[in-house]
Amino acid sequence: MEKNLNLNLKVWRQKNADDKGKFEEYKVNDISTDMSFLEMFDVLNSQLITEDKDPIAFDHDCREGICGSCSMHINGRPHGPKHAVTTCQLHMRSFNDGDTIVVEPWRAAPFPVIKDLVVNRSAFDRIISAGGFISINTGNAQDANAIPIPKDDADEAFAAAACIGCGACVAACKNASAMLFVSAKVSQFALLPQGQPERHQRVSEMVAQMDLEGFGACTNTGACSAECPKGISLTHIARMNRDYIAASFAANEK
Amino acid sequence: MNWVIKMFSSSLGQKFIMALTGLFLCSFLIVHMIGNLQLFKADDGLAFNTYAVFMTTNPLIKLTSYLLYFSILFHAVKGILLVVKNNKARPVKYAVQNGSANSHWTSRSMGILGTIILVFIIVHMKNFWFEYKFGHEIGYTSYYTNLATGETGSKEMSADYTQFNKIEEGMTADEKGQYRLVIVKDLYKAVALQFKEWYLVALYVLCMFAVAFHLYHGFQSAFQTLGLNHSKYNGLIKFLGIWIYSILLPAGFAAMPLFFFFK
Repeated sequence: MEKNLNLNLKVWRQKNADDKGKFEEYKVNDISTDMSFLEMFDVLNSQLITEDKDPIAFDHDCREGICGSCSMHINGRPHGPKHAVTTCQLHMRSFNDGDTIVVEPWRAAPFPVIKDLVVNRSAFDRIISAGGFISINTGNAQDANAIPIPKDDADEAFAAAACIGCGACVAACKNASAMLFVSAKVSQFALLPQGQPERHQRVSEMVAQMDLEGFGACTNTGACSAECPKGISLTHIARMNRDYIAASFAANEK
Repeated sequence: MNWVIKMFSSSLGQKFIMALTGLFLCSFLIVHMIGNLQLFKADDGLAFNTYAVFMTTNPLIKLTSYLLYFSILFHAVKGILLVVKNNKARPVKYAVQNGSANSHWTSRSMGILGTIILVFIIVHMKNFWFEYKFGHEIGYTSYYTNLATGETGSKEMSADYTQFNKIEEGMTADEKGQYRLVIVKDLYKAVALQFKEWYLVALYVLCMFAVAFHLYHGFQSAFQTLGLNHSKYNGLIKFLGIWIYSILLPAGFAAMPLFFFFK
C-alpha cells in the first residue's frame, strides 16, 4: 500500500458574488491515495465543520465523471493534472506527499462565482435554450433502418454528444471562449438527419447567444480540447465555423 | 446587407476577418520574397531597381498594394480589439495557470508577436517605402548595357537629378549593336547602406523570429477558423505552415540584411 499523503491546500474562499474573495491555506493529513479529489475535499470540510468553520462550497453530483458538475481549477489546470478526467475522477495518487495544491473556481465573466469554488454556469443553459435542441415533430418511431446514417457520422455525432457541459473548455481557454462547448452542441445535431431542418438557425442563434453572454473569441490554442474531460475534438469547432458561414450566406433573412 | 454586418461582427466573424486578412498577408510574403531575391543578384541592383519601378507603377500592383495596406491595418486593429475583448471575458485572472500543459506558447502569444511585427512593419515601411516614394535621400543611378557585347556599367547620377525613372534603347555610338540605358531610383543602394547599421540588422533578424512564431500558429489557425479542417489536408497545411512560413520565409528574409552587413 502506498503511503498516505499530507497536503497543503490553497483554496479560493469567497462568501458570495459581491465578496472580493481570497485564498485560505489549509492542511489535510493522512489522505489515502485511493481517494478522489472531491473525497479529499470532504475530509477537509469535515475538519472545518469540527473546527466550527464554514465548509468550502464546491459543485458535485454524480461523482462518476458524467454529470459535469465538478469544476475545480487545480494547480493551473481545469480538473487537475490528468488528461481526460473530471475532478471527481481525479485520484489523490496523482499527487505527492507534501504537495501544495492551489484550487480556484472557473474564471470567466459569464461564469460569476456564487460561493467559494461554485460558479454560475447558466450561461451554458441559455445557449442551449437558444437553439441546442430539435423541435421537429418526429411522429411515431420508425424502423431503425428507415434512416440510414453512415457509421463515421454516427460516431462523430456521438463523440460530440459526450460533452457534459462542465465548462472546462471555458476555464482552460486564455480567452474564456465557449467555442468547444457550443461547437459540440451544434455538431451533435449537424451530423444527423434529425438535425438538418434547423441546422442553420441553430448555429446562428447559439453563436449569437454565446456572444451575448460575453465569452471570448477563439484563438485555436487547443487548450479546450486538451483539458476536456471527454476529449472533444477541435474538428467540431471547424464544423461550427463552416456551418456559421453557410448559415450566414444561405439563411432567408436579409 | 444586414446579414453581412451581423456575420462579421459576431465573435466568429471577427475571426474570419483575421483569418482572411492573415492569409492574404501570407500570400504577399511569397511575392515579397520572390521579388526581393533579386537583392542577391550581383548586378549592382539593376534587376531589383527595375522591379521596384514596376511594383510602384503597375496599376494592378498598385491596386493590390492598397488592399495590402488596408489588410495590415485591419488585421492589426482587429487583433488589438480582439485581445481587449478576450481579456474582458476573464476579468479575474487565475493565480496559477499552467498554459504550457495544454497549448503551445506561440498560440497564446499572437497579440504580442503581432505587435512586434507591427512595429517592424512601421520601421520597415518608413525606411524603404516612405523614403522611396516621398523621401529625398535616395538618388538615381544609370545602368548602361551594351546588348551586343554584354558589357555593362553603372554610375550614380548627380544629386540634382530628381526627374524620373527612364528606360531608353538605341544604337550604340559605334553602331555595332543595341544599347540599353536604364536610369532608376537606386533603392538597392539604400538597402545596402541601411543594412550596414548593426542595430537595424539586429532588429530585422529578431523581428523575423517574431514572424516565424506568429505564422507557426497563425497560418494553420486561419484554416481552422475558416472551417477548413479535414484529416486529408491538415498534414499539408501544417507542413506549409511550419516549413514555408515559419522556417524558409523568415530565414530568407533574415538572410537579406545579413548578406548586406557581411558583404
